[in-house]
Amino acid sequence: MLLLLLILIPIIAGILSFTVKGPGARTVALGGALASLAVAVPATLNSGAGPLSYDQAWIPMLGTRFSLYGDGMSTMLCLLVSIVFSVVLIVNNNKSLDRPNAFYGFIMLSQAGLMGVFLAYDALLFYFFWELALIPVYFLCSYWGGEKRITATFKFFVYTFVGSLMMLAGLIYLSMQTAGVNSYAWPDIVRAGASLSPDKQQWVFWLMFIAFAIKMPIFPFHTWQPDAYEQSPTPVTIILSALMVKMGLYAVLRWLLPVVPAGVDYWSHFVVILSVIGIVYASCLAIVQTDMKRLVAYSSIAHMGLMSAVAFSHSVIGTHGIMLQMFNHGITITGMWLIIGMVEQRWGTRNMTKLGGMATVAPRMAIAFVIISLASVALPLTNGFVGEFMMFAGLFGSADNGMMLMVIAGLGVILGAVYTLNMIQNTAYGEAAEGIKVADLSLNEYVGIAVIVGIILILGVYPKPLLDLTASVAGAIAK
Amino acid sequence: MSNYIYLIPMFPLIGFLINGIFWKSMPKSLGGIIGSAAVLASFVVALMVFFEVRTPEFHDKTVVLFDFISSGKLLVPFAFRVDALSALFLLIITGIGFLIHVYSTSYMHDDAGSVKYFSYLNLFVFFMLLLVLGANYLIMFIGWEGVGLCSYLLIGFWFKNRSYTDAGKKAFIMNRIGDLGFLVGMLLIFINFGTLSYTEFFGQLQPGHATLSPNTYNWIAICLFIGATGKSAQIPLYTWLPDAMAGPTPVSALIHAATMVTAGIYMIARSYALYDLAPLALQIVAVIGLATALFAATIAIKQYDIKKVLAYSTVSQLGFMFLALGTGSYTTAVFHVMTHAFFKALLFLGSGSVIHAMGGEQDIRKMGGLGKKMRVTQYTFLIGCLAISGIPGLSGFFSKDEILAHAFAKNPMFYAFGILAAMMTAFYMFRLYFLTFTGSFRGTEEQAHHLHESPAAMTLPLVVLAILSIVGGYVGLPEVMSEHNAIAEYLSPAVVNFGDFKLAGGTEWMLMGVSVVVSVIMIVVAWSVNKKPSFVANTGLAKVLENKWYVDELYDAVIVKPLRAVSEFADRIIERMGIDGVVNGVGKTVRWGGDRIRLLQTGQVGFYIFVMVVGMIALFSLSVFLVR
Repeated sequence: MLLLLLILIPIIAGILSFTVKGPGARTVALGGALASLAVAVPATLNSGAGPLSYDQAWIPMLGTRFSLYGDGMSTMLCLLVSIVFSVVLIVNNNKSLDRPNAFYGFIMLSQAGLMGVFLAYDALLFYFFWELALIPVYFLCSYWGGEKRITATFKFFVYTFVGSLMMLAGLIYLSMQTAGVNSYAWPDIVRAGASLSPDKQQWVFWLMFIAFAIKMPIFPFHTWQPDAYEQSPTPVTIILSALMVKMGLYAVLRWLLPVVPAGVDYWSHFVVILSVIGIVYASCLAIVQTDMKRLVAYSSIAHMGLMSAVAFSHSVIGTHGIMLQMFNHGITITGMWLIIGMVEQRWGTRNMTKLGGMATVAPRMAIAFVIISLASVALPLTNGFVGEFMMFAGLFGSADNGMMLMVIAGLGVILGAVYTLNMIQNTAYGEAAEGIKVADLSLNEYVGIAVIVGIILILGVYPKPLLDLTASVAGAIAK
Repeated sequence: MSNYIYLIPMFPLIGFLINGIFWKSMPKSLGGIIGSAAVLASFVVALMVFFEVRTPEFHDKTVVLFDFISSGKLLVPFAFRVDALSALFLLIITGIGFLIHVYSTSYMHDDAGSVKYFSYLNLFVFFMLLLVLGANYLIMFIGWEGVGLCSYLLIGFWFKNRSYTDAGKKAFIMNRIGDLGFLVGMLLIFINFGTLSYTEFFGQLQPGHATLSPNTYNWIAICLFIGATGKSAQIPLYTWLPDAMAGPTPVSALIHAATMVTAGIYMIARSYALYDLAPLALQIVAVIGLATALFAATIAIKQYDIKKVLAYSTVSQLGFMFLALGTGSYTTAVFHVMTHAFFKALLFLGSGSVIHAMGGEQDIRKMGGLGKKMRVTQYTFLIGCLAISGIPGLSGFFSKDEILAHAFAKNPMFYAFGILAAMMTAFYMFRLYFLTFTGSFRGTEEQAHHLHESPAAMTLPLVVLAILSIVGGYVGLPEVMSEHNAIAEYLSPAVVNFGDFKLAGGTEWMLMGVSVVVSVIMIVVAWSVNKKPSFVANTGLAKVLENKWYVDELYDAVIVKPLRAVSEFADRIIERMGIDGVVNGVGKTVRWGGDRIRLLQTGQVGFYIFVMVVGMIALFSLSVFLVR
């Protein structure tokens, strides 16, 4: 029942938001987000003891059921979703927003979709939520986005829609292979996939992999991302980068690795190499960006590259590290975008060559920005470190050339320090421009940022709760 | 007391939190008092631990605080190791740390950010204590990167100046390069031995258990050493340290001379059981150390910035310590860490006193004759110079002499180059001394008027450190003078030297004599060259030395610029024209086709799918209520 609530609350909040006139829409959305957080916490705690589930007839003629499943990984991601939405809605208080009811309505529908993706235990339902999460984002980006929003949205749409269709084809094909009547239930899909010949598994692998690779994104399927991040309004950028990229990774872990094991075995080394190249490639690109959003976009591609490399490395420790990192990357990058959003709002630009002096004029913001940046470069005792260490350990021990792969991936750590410190230097340090007057964090911004920084430090020192929550899932996936 | 070992890092952490949280409202002097008191409290506990460790009943112990990582085979507790090695480092860090905090209360008093400064300094002490207290490599790594962070923050403390923040960034990035080596070494240990804990790892290295091929040990040892070259500023990763002098001078004394930069020596001494099995790695350590000792000393000869001379001197002295490690005399390296911490902290704080008096001036060409106005600074600085030059009776003599004697036993060539570096040390230190404190003043009228001895909060630490620089060496008397080398015996359960260093008594006296004679000669030479200084533009080799062998320029041309060029290429050509070109081509085709069939008009696509999704929701609701 908790699982159903996780999806229903944002849907209801979303529909309500549409109907509210004026600024009340944000309140409704925030209420919905906080309510889902209040449900996500007990759901996560309960799933520690054993997976939760919910099952309900849906569309019998298609053989699909409304069935949800919440193990440690799923509930952890739902918790992440509700934390991120709550923080975003606390911080985002744009009074001059055009049509706020639609804006917040779409935001909440997207949250419902995300929850559904992480909980669905039925392939068709999974696909349905996948689209439900994405479609509001098209609207949000194309209506409330930046100057080049139409081009960026179109590119994003083409990319993801192509992927979605391929995934749908793959899932339908798998369901046709299930024994007896068509079924989309996860266990049936897994059995059907495993029973396929290795050749056919490879075909299915590519159908599904492309969809997930675009979403994560894995090099070279990534070019929609910097544009989409750059053009979206900050809350949408956060939804995209903190949460939607996790859809791709989650889908790999739940709907690809166990489903077509032979296909994965055949192609995994290729994917690992592609991902490792992507780490270095995206890090290099991040170095030469001058727009803060594009810089963080590329850094995110690099971080996701490490996660995808490890996902295909069949390592228990590495997969366990991914679990940790999925959560922590979401938290850290949310903080990063929030700060960038504030910078843009106050200074009127994201161009780092024109910024500087934040530490003088807005010291609290600068301190938070530095802490978040340090988490992003995985400094020990911030939340980024343990997961990254475990992933490196996983990659290192995964193959004969594991050491080489790890060292190349490790270059990302050095390059990450280069571009992240450049960003701090160009924005936080230096002299503030003549006559510039900016406010430091307002109360609601302070609360949101404090939550992010608090999680960064607590999980950095004591990651055990998340590790315990996801240990058995990681073991089952990487076995 | 050792059961309460967590108190030692806890005090500075609390100090950091108090000053860090209330930095805006905290009165400046209170910030300094809190910061200093926190480190003093740690020092008191560290003293108690030290005396407990010295008792015969004491057994090395591991104190577990909580589970840090537990994932399958990877079990890493957040645990501290109490033994002779960590207890000694605790004393050095908190003892010298306290003196430098006290000094800072005066030195930083007029700075607007002084509370923030003390919070960073406390945070540094916290991480440094974690580094030496950790019971496994991961905790050491936490401290390792943590001190790097504080170093970065403190180098760029005056963050409005771009060249200072550049220096901080350079330090962080170069350390990260080394850290990747550390990380790989750590993973190699984990993959091969299934543990990161010192006791479990070293247990598997005991004779009879060490069954892996020597290559494995060499690789691990080399990777860890790469980490050490970053943190301890050795070739090729040393160039950040001289730039790090951008930070406040007490920071240079504490972080970039006495403590943090010796982390690499601590790491190797801690892992001595591994290095015993890795002869190739030891050889590399010795050669790199010796090369760095020589190379940095040549640069120091031609520097004009008082702190830069001391910075290169630090790099050079760290090289000596690695030479000691590379010859297997780990305890000697630790001994030199200790004496160097005394006299180098003294020299840096002395230079801070000078800079303070000169109103921020650091160029020794504009100094001279300062001794007349600041006697305490002059005499304590002189003691520091005598100690580092290896004049008998002072601490540096004993530790440096031990290094050279052991180098001779290993390989006379090591000794010969070591003596050469020691000669240059005596020369550049006394060049610095004579140019700064003797002769006539070469600065401006205003500066001459301003010259004054520093207040007691600054001179008192100088005096204490000067005393330590004199007496600190008597814990490690050479064999010919005493049968007991106190420090080696003290360290012996935790760190044991590799091999035997029996030298004939006569040989040892002779080696000692040679190094003393050359040092004295070089001091005289330094005096005669610099008694009436004239500064002309350098040419030839001198110019190359003044420009630090152009290594920064070399790195810039070979690494920095190509990296940027490659990245620009990737951005402009591969990303925008290559991948995006293809994607946009596909996109345009789709749009063109869409326009034809009048369905795919931008914006409407989403709408149709949205209708579809709403339909699916309706279908679901129906099924919930009707189907059952």
